[in-house]
Amino acid sequence: MIDWPLVSVIIFLPLIGALIILFIKEDELTSINIKWAALLTTLGTFILSLILWLQFDYSNPSYQYEEKFRWFDDFNFFYHVGVDGISLFMILLSTFLTPLCILASWNNIKKRVKEYMLSFLFLETVMIGMFASIDILLFYIFFETVLIPMYLIIGIWGGNRRIYASFKFFLYTLLGSVLMLIAIIVMYRNTSSMSIEFLQGNYFSYNTQLFLWLAFFASFAVKIPMWPFHTWLPDAHVEAPTAGSVILAGVLLKMGGYGFIRFSLGMLPEATEFFIPLIMTLSIVAIVYTSLVALAQTDIKKLIAYSSVAHMGIVTIGIFLVNQQGLEGAMMQMISHGLVSAALFLCVGVIYDRMHTREIEFYGGLVQRMPLYATVFMIFMLGSVGLPGTSGFIGEFLVIVGAFKFSSYVVIGAAFGIILSAVYMLYLYKRIIFGTITNNKLADILDINTREKIILIPLAISVILLGIFPNLFLDPMRLSLELIITNYEIANAK
Amino acid sequence: MLNNIYNIFFIPEIFLACSSFVCLLFGLFLKKNAFRQTSNLAVFVLLLTILLVYYDSESNFANYKSLFSHSSFINFFKILALLGSIASIIISKDYFLGIKLKNFEIPILFLFSTLGMMLMIASNNLMSMYLAIELQSLSLYVAAAIKRDSISSAESGVKYFILGALSSGILLYGFSLIYGFTGSMNFDDISFYLSKYDNLNLGLIFGLVFVMVGLAFKVSAVPFHMWTPDVYEGAPNSITGFFAIVPKIAAVALIYRFCLVPFVNFYLEWSQIILFLSIASMFLGAIAAIAQSNIKRLLAYSSIGHIGYILIALVAANDDGIKAASIYMFSYMIMNVAIFAILLSLKVKNEYLINITDLKGLSKSNPIVSLSISIIMLSMAGIPPFIGFFGKFYVFIAAIEQELYVLSVLGVLASVISAFYYLRIIKIMYFDESKSEGIINFQISFQSKIILSLSLFLIICFVFYPSLLINISAILTI
Repeated sequence: MIDWPLVSVIIFLPLIGALIILFIKEDELTSINIKWAALLTTLGTFILSLILWLQFDYSNPSYQYEEKFRWFDDFNFFYHVGVDGISLFMILLSTFLTPLCILASWNNIKKRVKEYMLSFLFLETVMIGMFASIDILLFYIFFETVLIPMYLIIGIWGGNRRIYASFKFFLYTLLGSVLMLIAIIVMYRNTSSMSIEFLQGNYFSYNTQLFLWLAFFASFAVKIPMWPFHTWLPDAHVEAPTAGSVILAGVLLKMGGYGFIRFSLGMLPEATEFFIPLIMTLSIVAIVYTSLVALAQTDIKKLIAYSSVAHMGIVTIGIFLVNQQGLEGAMMQMISHGLVSAALFLCVGVIYDRMHTREIEFYGGLVQRMPLYATVFMIFMLGSVGLPGTSGFIGEFLVIVGAFKFSSYVVIGAAFGIILSAVYMLYLYKRIIFGTITNNKLADILDINTREKIILIPLAISVILLGIFPNLFLDPMRLSLELIITNYEIANAK
Repeated sequence: MLNNIYNIFFIPEIFLACSSFVCLLFGLFLKKNAFRQTSNLAVFVLLLTILLVYYDSESNFANYKSLFSHSSFINFFKILALLGSIASIIISKDYFLGIKLKNFEIPILFLFSTLGMMLMIASNNLMSMYLAIELQSLSLYVAAAIKRDSISSAESGVKYFILGALSSGILLYGFSLIYGFTGSMNFDDISFYLSKYDNLNLGLIFGLVFVMVGLAFKVSAVPFHMWTPDVYEGAPNSITGFFAIVPKIAAVALIYRFCLVPFVNFYLEWSQIILFLSIASMFLGAIAAIAQSNIKRLLAYSSIGHIGYILIALVAANDDGIKAASIYMFSYMIMNVAIFAILLSLKVKNEYLINITDLKGLSKSNPIVSLSISIIMLSMAGIPPFIGFFGKFYVFIAAIEQELYVLSVLGVLASVISAFYYLRIIKIMYFDESKSEGIINFQISFQSKIILSLSLFLIICFVFYPSLLINISAILTI
């Protein structure tokens, strides 16, 4: 095994990059240096995080690469990080998407390049740190710190209503997470421990669990987001710059799902059992309702934003089925959605950079001028619909298989949502790509260039890879998920 | 210990009192640069006083027949007040010179007020407590009105004086009731007397309520906060800085000691009052600040909100509460020192900054300053990883230890509301497009720069090594 603090290096490498960038003076000539510094740092982080995967011990369900230092002398708070099967791919997703984000903003961010890159590198540190934390307080600190760079990214480099969107994003998610703080302190008071590993032993009385569960629910349901707490998401997505939307959809939404698995399932099993009907109802409403809403959108980004809510509905169903297929499906769906929706936002970014509008009506017949673009867009669109052979299929299939064990009503709801997702995605694709070019402004639009190819092709490959070899991803996480399910069943069998 | 009569001058308070007179004479006989020299001397004196407080921790002969008390909690808050006082004298020096207010009395007033605060924190007797409060307040009344040719400064001084005198009167009435019903002025004696009874009689309850009202005025807790925004707004910026940083420390220490020493057995009686003050301060502080356009008024409401959180820890009334209060007060002082160090150096069109909207475009012309302001604002809002978060965190730990769940939830909700106006400042600096660039000047003296960097360093780096402060605050006893 590795005898140097790999996880800490991965967490803090972007921060070190950010500190270096802080000392590069910004002007017309040096802004390219800033971009390169940011790109190299994030690429380095990605390569290091691949070591995590390569050296990962598949037969160990608990945390690996653990590092533990005393942090507060008076309480049992530790700087305690590590990686298990659940967090491994969340970390990989973050490190994979961040360099792509830097590349995607290469040319279209013209003002305040330095601050932009600083925000992204800081954001990466915080995201990785959050997924790697084993101490809840550490987790919470990272969880809330995410708001700062994201607030700045939306607020400074966003669209016309960026101020409204950034405030809504910040305050909405802050409101959820402060309640989690109270829950964390209550947990600490009952057990004198902040270790996520330790707390998964079901230490709380039934009533305490119910309250704790609600507090955690408030923060994760806003984050993931579940209907009816999703209203910040379309605003944030539409106003954020392309790379901001990518990180938002690709990683930040996963924080909610990750939290549900770790905290609600892992620590509060009896309360989870009690609240399953609520979650299922909300998820099905989310899937059907937001799919219908997505169908009516005229803005491409908004459409994808609503589709995110629908896809996250599948994730929450999968998580709260609490069986092997459901959880694996939810994890796969999260990874897949992380790649696909990120890629879709990048695709929107491609045409937005050229035409500066996201209105669906403006486009049409792009296939005539942009055949390559039409191809990659199709791959991602089908990935979003869940066509067999793409990543989206695995997740949705597993969730539906798992749901049959639970209730056929849930299956019907989820399946209906999947059909609707095919409707709105195909309809979107048809309106943008097919047909003849009717809008004169599109007459000399250019196909994707090398930089955009470098961004989109790795994503397309991983979407297909995930669809064909799902075991590559499922094997490492299987035991960790089994552990959670076993604990859950033991707790509820009492 | 008392083998030599001269040792008496090594008692911190006596040393400070004597040195203040020396400073006064020193300033009086100086012809040139009186203000600057006196300020430097005052800083030096305060530094020596800190050393004395620090090394004098075992001495008991300073108690003067138990008029004053002696404990680690008292020493911690004394040092905090002294540090705050030093920082605010240093950061305000250039400002005073800038507005040509060169009265050398100003640092002397600060010294006397600091002396009053040290006595306030240590007082163990109703009489010494009252006299200490008056010494502290009188110096501050004068300081608020020091800019004699300015109407607003005079107004704020008079307003502060009248309301302060009213609250002192109420306080004194409360003292007389307590004395009348217990027969003693001494905290320990009152506590001993009251321990014989299960509940307070009506007279004592009235006395307690009156004292609470007076103290709530001093810490500017809602509904006795009205003076704060007006006084903050009217006084010269640097005086406002002093008001925001130092007297709050002493008043908070006093209210803690008053509740937890003589009336420690009557938790139910006073905790209801504090509970109300706390909730009202948090919410009013959060909501009223939203509408402010004057940065000083905004900071006034922000400090009212912070007081609400500190009072949560008082309602908890356990060891964790004392720890939380000391950590919170430390973070409060650091953040206020940092923000005032910046405000006192920012000029818009050669006028010192007052309106929040004047910060527009600062992120372009002065990226480092605007980044610093943003960090301070996020820290005040309690967003991790900055120090302000840990203050709030410890407060909530104390509250939940005492099973005050509803109060904690209200506290976090108020913190979300207050995040809005802190974010608004960041929004103005970063998100708003400004057409007129370069009208903001940032000129800061070397000494203030050191203070500012040090406090920013503490705000940012506290998260990496929190044990330093926490180990100190964990052993504090009231």
